[in-house]
Amino acid sequence: MPALFFIALGGLLWRGLYLDTRTLPSMLIDKQMPKFSLETIGGDIVTNEDLPEQIFLLNVWGSYCLPCLVEHPTFMRLSEEGEIPVVGINYKDRNDLAKGWLETNGNPFAYSIEDENGRFGIDLGVYGAPETYLVDSEGVIRYRHVSVLDETVWLEEFLPAIEELRLESN
Amino acid sequence: MRRMSFNNLFLTSMSVFLLITQPNIYAQVDTFEFDNDEQQGRFRQLSNELRCPMCQNTNLSGSTGGVAEDLRREIHRMILEGMSNEEIEQFMFERYGDFIFYRPRLRAETILLWFGPLLFLIIGGFIAYGIFRRANSVDRVTVDLDEEQEAKLNELVGK
Repeated sequence: MPALFFIALGGLLWRGLYLDTRTLPSMLIDKQMPKFSLETIGGDIVTNEDLPEQIFLLNVWGSYCLPCLVEHPTFMRLSEEGEIPVVGINYKDRNDLAKGWLETNGNPFAYSIEDENGRFGIDLGVYGAPETYLVDSEGVIRYRHVSVLDETVWLEEFLPAIEELRLESN
Repeated sequence: MRRMSFNNLFLTSMSVFLLITQPNIYAQVDTFEFDNDEQQGRFRQLSNELRCPMCQNTNLSGSTGGVAEDLRREIHRMILEGMSNEEIEQFMFERYGDFIFYRPRLRAETILLWFGPLLFLIIGGFIAYGIFRRANSVDRVTVDLDEEQEAKLNELVGK
């Protein structure tokens, strides 16, 4: 009996050692995207009305953010192959640096919402770039991934989540 | 050699003492202006008690993280707009969840966090009780001795 108890407790604590405590769960899952009316880095005003009327990705990025460069090819592929629209949030960046970054590396975004002081990021519960949200056609946030979204994450996390959303809406 | 280790010990304990007694010496210097001391006090309290979501174990006042800076700015704005501490905490909770609180709210999701230690104490108590009980109830065997054995025993204990 004590041995069993020890093994159970040991197992629990052992598991605890390998839990990911760095990734915060999003509070906005299954909630409507926060209301916004902001400029894109190109200077156009966009609001919730301008969001794609289909499932899309919302990617938080910045020109200072190295992991964003790592995940960039995946977003380029997704947008070039027309797999899913990607809306960007240019988080706590400078307009000229953001534009330069897109020019150098390519622009996978339908448009990038400018969030220079991070205020919109707070409403989304963002705590650092990169983060990627999966938003459904009703503008409801359904999934969040913190840090790099590479092809593996796309295959293992996003495709199943999108498949589930499609089944749900049928 | 001995002297050096004493010095090290002294320095270490002094630093620890300073860390404990002066939690704000590492606070970030913001130039927020307030209408009165009460507001400023609330700002200090909130940014000490809320955790920076990016940096795991630093409060908002001690963090240089971008998001911590933004959240301090928001706290300042909300205080000036006349929001209560509860309203500001609710604002943070809706965006960052339980993680933002060093003292999480008592909810279904946090109940184990609050009462887990008590639960473990009770389990430990039961186990300790079981062990002591078993130790006390070791069978006492009575053996009848014949005369020869009795004499030997008396000799052994020196009677």
